[in-house]
Amino acid sequence: MTAPLHPGSVPRLARGMKLREDKARGQWVVLGPERMFVPDETALEVLRLLDGTRSVDGMIDDLAARYAAPREEIAADVLAMLRELAEKGVVQS
Amino acid sequence: MNAVTPAGTPSGTPPLAPPLALLAELTHRCPLRCPYCSNPVELTRVAAELDTASWARVFQEASALGCLQVHLSGGEPTARRDIAELVRAAAAAGLYTNLITAGVLLDEAMMARLVEAGLDHVQLSVQDTEPGSAERIGGYRDALPKKLRAARLVREAGLALTLNAVVHRQNLDRLPEMIALALEIGAGRLEVAHVQYYGWALANRDALLPTRAQLEAATAEVQRAREALKGRLVIDYVVPDYYAKRPKSCMGGWGRQFLAVSPAGRVLPCHAAESLPGFDFPNVREVSLRDAWENSEAFNRFRGTGWMKGPCRDCPRAEIDWGGCRCQAFALTGDAAATDPACGLSPDHALLDMAVREAAASEGDFTYRVMGAAPQKA
Ligand code: SF4
Ligand code: SF4
Repeated sequence: MTAPLHPGSVPRLARGMKLREDKARGQWVVLGPERMFVPDETALEVLRLLDGTRSVDGMIDDLAARYAAPREEIAADVLAMLRELAEKGVVQS
Repeated sequence: MNAVTPAGTPSGTPPLAPPLALLAELTHRCPLRCPYCSNPVELTRVAAELDTASWARVFQEASALGCLQVHLSGGEPTARRDIAELVRAAAAAGLYTNLITAGVLLDEAMMARLVEAGLDHVQLSVQDTEPGSAERIGGYRDALPKKLRAARLVREAGLALTLNAVVHRQNLDRLPEMIALALEIGAGRLEVAHVQYYGWALANRDALLPTRAQLEAATAEVQRAREALKGRLVIDYVVPDYYAKRPKSCMGGWGRQFLAVSPAGRVLPCHAAESLPGFDFPNVREVSLRDAWENSEAFNRFRGTGWMKGPCRDCPRAEIDWGGCRCQAFALTGDAAATDPACGLSPDHALLDMAVREAAASEGDFTYRVMGAAPQKA
């Protein structure tokens, strides 16, 4: 489906997928062809960093700085999250 | 970690949940004449269609009401000269835009304008993979090559593509070829949609209803392909009502998740609902979409479970399938509030078995859709 994710890859939302605010229901949603997902808080943090130029490493740096958390911990979480999103067809690299 | 959960049932359910998607039937005009077309048998003429500004307002109202997606449909939506403007208006309203098209009018110039306008996804229908049969079913010359061109343009533009194969007795045996076609044109999804029998399709039911053997082969083929193509192609497939024991939850329940707006501006709980008599459907020329959704008699009539009679009323599945399809109930029993005869518990269920037997004995001639004429058997 997509190339395996590693710290150097540059993930982005998969073709046809969109992240947008759903004001009527007070949440954010990922929209795709005939599907709709509500990301949890962690997933949303990660999805918001997908801009098609930032690498996985860059995302980890960003989040580690923002949350003043150990980098390894954040790295494990982010990679697991991205893999899960890739399996669901939401993210591609 | 639970990254994603399906939306649809937002937590803390408010008294009336907002709709998720709008089906915008932009026009009934279409260069094709499919004998199963879901358009009403009385097609709306061009002069009566909503104009660009009205649709733009409808998209804004839909988004404010809570719709996240708009399906731009018809008829053939690209038959509207303002299709790119309409896509732009829908995207500006913040809606995820899906174009449901037969593809034969889609050329490079139009594709470029649609992409520039912010189109997200294209759903391309095919009538068959065998060119002669595709031509006969759609009643349109060279339909297939034109569709292949459309698919290529969509992919080159970098848009997501779904292939929609409407299946019935006269093409179901070519399901493997349809799956191969979806892969060949780079579709991410294949929707195998059985014909729904009301409107034009009901008039053609004898020619279209598949046999049980065909259906079993198709179901097995879908299972095989889903397994083999995991991660490459998503296949959506639902067993047709005529062979099911329980009905589908039509539109996710009347007035629960979807609303449709007809070419002339009528607001409907389902695109087929215009076939129901005794309704005064609200019109966007007169009321807001919110008013139609929340307050109209038409939307409230079959909402929830209060309207149900037996056997639905006391059934544990009442809030699962919402009693099935109102249009099918009316088409087959004459009573829109009856249990969908697709349900094995319906007293009218035998009607479906009878239809299957009658169809098996018939020749397979089509009654084609035309403007200004209800279907008549020759
Ligand atoms: S079903 Fe066929 S005739 Fe009806 S709108 Fe679609 S392509 Fe046109
Ligand atoms: S009786 Fe009504 S609610 Fe129960 S399964 Fe049949 S259609 Fe659905």
